Amino acid sequence: MTSLPQSTNKRLGLVIDLDTCVGCHACATNCKEWNTGGHMAPLTDQNPYGKDPDGVWFNRVHSFEVDRGDGPGVTINFPRSCMHCDNAACVTVCPTGASYKRAEDGIVLVNTDKCIGCKLCSWACPYGAREFDEDEGVMKKCTLCIDRIYNETLDIEDRQPACVLTCPVGARHYGDFNDPNSNVSKLVAERAGRPLMPELGYNPTNRYLPPRARRVDAENIGAQSRLDPVSPRKGFLSWVDNALSR
Amino acid sequence: MTVDPKPATADIHDPHAKADKVDFSPSLGDEVKYTTCYMCACRCGIRVYMKDGKVRYIQGNKNHPINKGVLCAKGSSGIMQHYSPARLSKPLKRVGPRGSGEFEEIEWDEAMDIATKRLKKIRETDPSKLAFFTGRDQSQATTGWWSSMFGTPNYAAHGGFCSVNMAAAGLYSIGGAFWEFGEPDWGLTKYFMMFGMAEDHDSNPIKIGLGKLKKRGAKFVSVNPIRTGYSAIADEWVGIRPGTDGLFVMALMHELLKAGKIDQQYIVRYTNAPWLVIQDEGASDHGMFARDDEGDPLVWSTKDEALKPSTDITTTPALKGEYTLADGRTAVPSFQLVAERYLDEQYAPDAVAETCGLKADDIRRIAAELAHVAFEEEIELDIKWVDWAGRRQDKMIGRPVSFHAMRGISAHSNGFHTCRAIHVLQMFLGSVEVPGGFRIKAPFPKPIPPTNKPTGKVDHVKPGTHLPGMALGFPTEPADLLLKDDGSAVRIDKAYTWEHPLASHGLMHMVIHNAWKGDPYKIDTLMLFMANMSWNSSMNTSKVIEMLTDKDEDGEYKIPNIIYSDAYYSEMVPYADLILPDTTYLERFDCISLLDRPISSPHSAADAIRYPIVEPDRDVRGFQGVLLDLGARLGLPGMVNDDGSAKYPGGYPDYIANHERQPGVGLLAGWRLQDEDGDHMDCRGPANPNQLEKYLENESFWHHEFLPEHTYYKMANKGYLEWAHELGCVVTKTQIVFHMYSEILQSFKLAGEGHGEHQPPEEHRERIATYFDPLPIWYQPLEETLTDLDEYPLHALTQRPMHMYHSWGSQNAWLRQITNQNRMYIARKLGREKDIKDDDWIWITSPHGRIKAQVKLMDGVNANTVWTWNAIGKRAGAWNLDKDAPEAKKGFLLNHLISELLPARGDGYRYSNSDPVTGQAAWFDLRVKIEKCNADEVEESWPQFEPTAKPPHMVDAPDILRYGEEFKPGKKAKNAKDAKNGGSK
Repeated sequence: MTSLPQSTNKRLGLVIDLDTCVGCHACATNCKEWNTGGHMAPLTDQNPYGKDPDGVWFNRVHSFEVDRGDGPGVTINFPRSCMHCDNAACVTVCPTGASYKRAEDGIVLVNTDKCIGCKLCSWACPYGAREFDEDEGVMKKCTLCIDRIYNETLDIEDRQPACVLTCPVGARHYGDFNDPNSNVSKLVAERAGRPLMPELGYNPTNRYLPPRARRVDAENIGAQSRLDPVSPRKGFLSWVDNALSR
Repeated sequence: MTVDPKPATADIHDPHAKADKVDFSPSLGDEVKYTTCYMCACRCGIRVYMKDGKVRYIQGNKNHPINKGVLCAKGSSGIMQHYSPARLSKPLKRVGPRGSGEFEEIEWDEAMDIATKRLKKIRETDPSKLAFFTGRDQSQATTGWWSSMFGTPNYAAHGGFCSVNMAAAGLYSIGGAFWEFGEPDWGLTKYFMMFGMAEDHDSNPIKIGLGKLKKRGAKFVSVNPIRTGYSAIADEWVGIRPGTDGLFVMALMHELLKAGKIDQQYIVRYTNAPWLVIQDEGASDHGMFARDDEGDPLVWSTKDEALKPSTDITTTPALKGEYTLADGRTAVPSFQLVAERYLDEQYAPDAVAETCGLKADDIRRIAAELAHVAFEEEIELDIKWVDWAGRRQDKMIGRPVSFHAMRGISAHSNGFHTCRAIHVLQMFLGSVEVPGGFRIKAPFPKPIPPTNKPTGKVDHVKPGTHLPGMALGFPTEPADLLLKDDGSAVRIDKAYTWEHPLASHGLMHMVIHNAWKGDPYKIDTLMLFMANMSWNSSMNTSKVIEMLTDKDEDGEYKIPNIIYSDAYYSEMVPYADLILPDTTYLERFDCISLLDRPISSPHSAADAIRYPIVEPDRDVRGFQGVLLDLGARLGLPGMVNDDGSAKYPGGYPDYIANHERQPGVGLLAGWRLQDEDGDHMDCRGPANPNQLEKYLENESFWHHEFLPEHTYYKMANKGYLEWAHELGCVVTKTQIVFHMYSEILQSFKLAGEGHGEHQPPEEHRERIATYFDPLPIWYQPLEETLTDLDEYPLHALTQRPMHMYHSWGSQNAWLRQITNQNRMYIARKLGREKDIKDDDWIWITSPHGRIKAQVKLMDGVNANTVWTWNAIGKRAGAWNLDKDAPEAKKGFLLNHLISELLPARGDGYRYSNSDPVTGQAAWFDLRVKIEKCNADEVEESWPQFEPTAKPPHMVDAPDILRYGEEFKPGKKAKNAKDAKNGGSK
């Protein structure tokens, strides 16, 4: 079994804004194209043109409806990838030390040289974030684009995960949760960001920003709920100002 | 943004990390190339990282004005599109029967010979025997010009079945349009209403904008029968009944008028609301504007108590009242007619609520919210500007309510008027081209409508002769219609006839039907580019397939010759006689021109190019270059020199840089030559032979940012109009006055009522008089009026998923893993009523046909509506997919249920299933019923088609794809087996 670091210098991870995610899958495919040639390359696709296409993806988007009982219900678009948990069970169950959490930044990685493909980690992960490559017989997963975020060949502003840079609505944010002044820490504080299924006790690093309250009522924006008609007794178009300048 | 230094792993006790030799700084490859995406219509800038001659990674270009670095799911899947196993590899000549997919490969010389011989004969005898229609063409400025030089009026792109209602309603009202030609002022708007959009042409700009808007806390209202995509993040989802949006908008107008919440100063200054309309029922100019001797419309100036020309800036024009004209007749400001129309109780919220499927209180509330934001939260920008008349303005006043609309409005037979209604609502609120409102993208606004008229009148179409202008244009009066002396249509699609007079994008959905039927005449050759007309781009797909293969008594195909260009083995390929294989988007030149559908923004003009990032590894050629070659072989004007030699021997790039449409105006505006010294200037100037190099130096685009004082009120902004005039976008520098009241529509109405030299024949009179109303009207979608609605109680719609909207071919190995089967989505409540559960199979029946599909229940859909994702269903054998692919076995097309013709009216005549004003295909007027399949019915979609044969030498699609393994930094993939069947190599 593999040990976790006592603590990590940084806790790098993502904030995902469920208020603005439109479910466009840009993060999913950009992740795929980056990572299929990256640290965990390739993200193999089985039967890519066949009856049952099935490939390795580090980031998947789920769209579903929620009826919160307080209105007409909402449609939620929910991107899902590795949470880089503090208490990562996928690491502790690993019999070979292949699955590990980096003490430096908290990123959970798989050393494929040590991976024996036993899949214990995918059973342990409650978030379904592990992706088994049948072709290579090893487990793969989100690296938080470890080959981008420290990549000295890239411009500084490009040293972020691919999913963050490509997101058209700006719903994805990357940073250090150990730094209270980081953008991600601030967003979490401002918008009551929350972990996914915290009750399971894995203390995931990534946070989701819940949808903002939907402002349906007129008073939400300071408007009346209906306009006061101009009295028809004043005559047709009595309110018209016929003396406006051209 | 956090920037992390290189990790100091060495200083930290971390044996696992030390054991794993992560390469933190792998090289992305040898070079970065910049081009323009073509995965949809959005045309984002992309950075393509190349490694060892292969595409390593495609990223959004952060300097590009459209996408500013982001890239959507389609753009990020471009690698799979480029390396698709469905790519065609060589010209093909049909050898088996049409539809069989039996082809032989031929050399380009032979292919060009075949095409040239056939087209030469057509041009020498009757050029209209060539019908040239393009689909996802992004070079309409070129394809349109080519067809005009050929001399055929039968040209259009796919706008007639896509967006013409939006384009025409906008261009005949505000000189710009929703579509991709304008956008909300994302940075300033406080209230945004979106109609009928799930994803759109302006894919990434809309997403970027919505992100900004949500961050600022602006209210976002989505009016859409379906709550997916953008609607999912709206503050308020208005799940309206399909086809009733116009009525809803008119109810909002009713409320605003009743409360006097109209931006009067704005409509006096910027619209024709004060122009006087002649009131003389029965006269030939009833409903037309009263004009002075110079033709300037008149207003009543209350200050002067006199009739004055509308251009006189010293006046105080009346918005109401009755005034006497010089000839003694009465006239009223058009606004008075507007107010009379929409104050009528038939437009009251209580009167429309049930039809729209909304609550009257919600309609009243939304009207109140619009008025509140527009008038109580007015914006003032401290920007001085000068109006068209030279008057200095100290501020820019903004009304921060904005609107956007697209497919859900467009695809109904009442879409033109509904879209116009939204534009009139915008005028009421003073929110077009103002801070916080809806802004028009350069080179629009243009004169209303744009000044080019359609060409192809009888004396224009002659053997061996080019047309005097472009085939498509904007009629302004009945005389502009394209009719033969016997009243029949000039064009094969019957655009610009009394059946659809303002068909500014043509009617691509009618071409195959009309050519097959020989109505209005028979053609010889149908040439198509990137248009899947035997599948998802046609209504009535099953029957269209029959039309394409139908033969006359002599055993000849009724459509004798079909030439098709496509990069992929789409469903259309087997139905063509000659295939000219196109390149992928990374292998081609292209230009995204201001003469076409530009990539400008409201505050800047822009254009761009594509250039070959990768040389084709197949014997394929970019279609535009092939067209120019064909043109030279045919000796078409503009494509040959006086000695008959090719004018652009360097092919398409040569043409892009050196072709001039007018002196000094070419396809690209950037880096033209200024003078003999070779200095550069933008927009207008002699062609620059080195222009493309300049584009390459600038990441393949050109971008001209307007001065802040030119970025709003562009329809009446002196500085902006002067720039636009210099560029050739507008004919004069005078104000572009918005058409709240459309005199152009009235001129057609009068013709329908029996006035004027050009009148419709008896059978079309009532239709013209009804639908050419100078003010927006709402009517029940036409097909519904001819359908038994008790029998067919449900509306049926399609959307395309964001990850496939406008993308060419869902064979994409990554995208098809996201969606490879479409379901029929129905309301949970409807499911309960019909005892239909998730995953059940159902029959969906329209008056026209039936299909079988699998169900998914949902809450966020109008209770009377069913819907599905469009164009997921594929024909077995097409796109080099396995014949048992879910796209073929479980996916389906709704198209089979939709007829291209309306049911017969009383005298048996069948109009096309289109908007009577514009000819826009009315896809969304469809009504259906559903029933659960019997338990013993096979669980696959219906209809199923015979798999098409694979063309010669098409590669076998790999059964495993390890794309990128060769790029893996540091170490080789563990246990990597050799790729089978070519795999990812």
